[in-house]
Amino acid sequence: MGLIRLLRTTAFRAFFFYFALFAIAAAIAVAYIYWKTNVLLAAQLENSIQAETQSLDEQYRAGGIEQLVRTVGERSETPGNSLYLLTDAGGRRLAGTLKAVSTELWNSEGRVAFVYRRPAANGSEDRLAYALVFRLQDGSRLIVGRDIEDRREFGRVARSAFLWTLGGMALIGLLGGLLIGRSFLRRIESITLTSQQIMAGDLSRRIPLTAAGDEFDRLAASLNGMLQRITELVDSFKEVSDNIAHDLKTPLTRLRNRIETALREAGGEYAYREALQATIEEADEIIRTFDALLSIARLEAGTASNARNEFDLNVVVGGVCDLYEPVAEERGITLACQTASPTVIRGERQLIAQAVANLVDNAIKYGGDANGAEPSAKGNISVRIAMNGETAQIIVADRGPGIPPADRERAFKRFVRLEASRSLPGSGLGLSLAAAVARLHGGHIDLLDNAPGVKAVLTLRRDGGNHLLTR
Amino acid sequence: MRVLVVEDDGKAAGYLANALRESGHNAELASDGPTGYELARAGDYDVLIVDRMLPGRDGLSLIDGLRQEGVRTPVLILSALGGVDDRVKGLRAGGDDYLAKPYAFSELLARVEALARRSAPEKAETKYVVGDLVLDRLSHQVTRAGEPISLQPREYRLLEYLIMNVGQVVTRTMLLEHVWDYHFDPQTNVIDVHISRLRAKIDKNFDRPLLHTVRGAGYMVRDGSD
Repeated sequence: MGLIRLLRTTAFRAFFFYFALFAIAAAIAVAYIYWKTNVLLAAQLENSIQAETQSLDEQYRAGGIEQLVRTVGERSETPGNSLYLLTDAGGRRLAGTLKAVSTELWNSEGRVAFVYRRPAANGSEDRLAYALVFRLQDGSRLIVGRDIEDRREFGRVARSAFLWTLGGMALIGLLGGLLIGRSFLRRIESITLTSQQIMAGDLSRRIPLTAAGDEFDRLAASLNGMLQRITELVDSFKEVSDNIAHDLKTPLTRLRNRIETALREAGGEYAYREALQATIEEADEIIRTFDALLSIARLEAGTASNARNEFDLNVVVGGVCDLYEPVAEERGITLACQTASPTVIRGERQLIAQAVANLVDNAIKYGGDANGAEPSAKGNISVRIAMNGETAQIIVADRGPGIPPADRERAFKRFVRLEASRSLPGSGLGLSLAAAVARLHGGHIDLLDNAPGVKAVLTLRRDGGNHLLTR
Repeated sequence: MRVLVVEDDGKAAGYLANALRESGHNAELASDGPTGYELARAGDYDVLIVDRMLPGRDGLSLIDGLRQEGVRTPVLILSALGGVDDRVKGLRAGGDDYLAKPYAFSELLARVEALARRSAPEKAETKYVVGDLVLDRLSHQVTRAGEPISLQPREYRLLEYLIMNVGQVVTRTMLLEHVWDYHFDPQTNVIDVHISRLRAKIDKNFDRPLLHTVRGAGYMVRDGSD
């Protein structure tokens, strides 16, 4: 089963394809060399036989058959791989290395290939020869040839060498293909396994990375990033539904109890009106909470809208200050807004205004009353804009009791209301919403120590963080 | 005032129509898109209240169709979708105002009445007079009983919007939208504080108050005692 899967990997298929391609190329190359060598050797053979026959013919013309017999006899003493046979017209052997030839050969004329017997270590052996059969004027035959068994042997060796090489190549390639295929398969298997585990419901699984930093690791890192984002979204939605379930059921229960009580007590029209009025207020509060939760969820999903425009941040901050200034004054707080030179940024004006409003609202609610702080410092809230290259910051600083460092992270959580603020109205969603707006614009919110007080820094990307949406 | 309510939820539509009738308006109902379209095209209404999600024909497409036919009746869009972009889409389709569900009836009524008034063929006033209060839109001067009153620019715009809707309830949300152009909930009662400031300037030293608080709804500028 595993082997079949291995054989079906891309790596293995690629190996087979390359092996076939290489084998064909190699076969063509070897065949060409073999053929060219043969042609060359054949031409050489032909030439040397021609030349020798020529010179023997000259001997014959000069000294007749006797001299030819002598010369052939001499040459037959040290034949090398030359073969000679000289017979008279009747076929009787006069001289030469060959004992006899077949009648058929003897009767032929010109170039001829044949097999002859030669004594060898164990008796005799058949060897291939090539010769020229030449008829002299008196009818006697001269056969001049060469033993070409070695050439045949060379062909055989070349062929087998080629086949062995091909075989070796196939074997090495097969092993390599298996190894690479297996390592590919292992990487893919780990991705497959992880995705199956995720499909089975375990969203926390991640694809393991190797130290290689190769394309698989890049793919895995990218997939892990995607999984992380999905997990965040799922968590966010889960959190929202949990919160809705929990934090809306509580006021709904309260609402229901109030109605029940009013019905039970039968307090007359005035009491009923009071109860109904209170019910409506309670319902409005629930609606506000619900709206805020939905807004946060939509912002965090990054699907809020595409209503981004360029605008001057000063105008937005100025507007928010203008909106809150009377409220602050009523509580004896000075709201000092510093507007700077035009600070044009890109983003959703309404959302950014809302985020700034929430920060100012928090500062007025929780930062205004500085218990134990210097009376002169009491209730000074400053709002200013700072530009920082790619980012713009809106800094809302108060002189209130501040937030202990341990509580700062917690302050961003939905519905979390720190001890000091429990008695004050508010949903506990303002900072969460502002943080979600900041994230949508590629930024964040930091709560810093203003010694004393809180310095809330809303950082936004000046380009609106649009790159995050197309990431 | 004749109002056409295009809403598929029978209960909500019935409640709305009853409440409108109790407020002295003439309300008619249509429970799906095509019926609403035909009625709005043929009838002579002062305001249309259109739900965004309707069977048969989507609310936005209905409004778009009416506008293309040249029907200029003001439209208030009702929708469960309350996001900034939903509002923008609604207004782009030809709606005149947008109200997210669930809403307070007082809010809806104030908006419907403001819409009806806006469409009334009435020349743009350059000077508004309520009792002895005079607001001059050319010189941006406000006087009461002949005495000039010094207002901050924002206070001036607040008073201007209230006076333009004289005798009508203006809700806090409407003020936030029209005077500040904010479409979100500012959590604290910021508008109330602005109003009390304005009130201190225009009503404080006079016997007859002009800027009234309408409980559970909003504010109203009107000549006459409560």
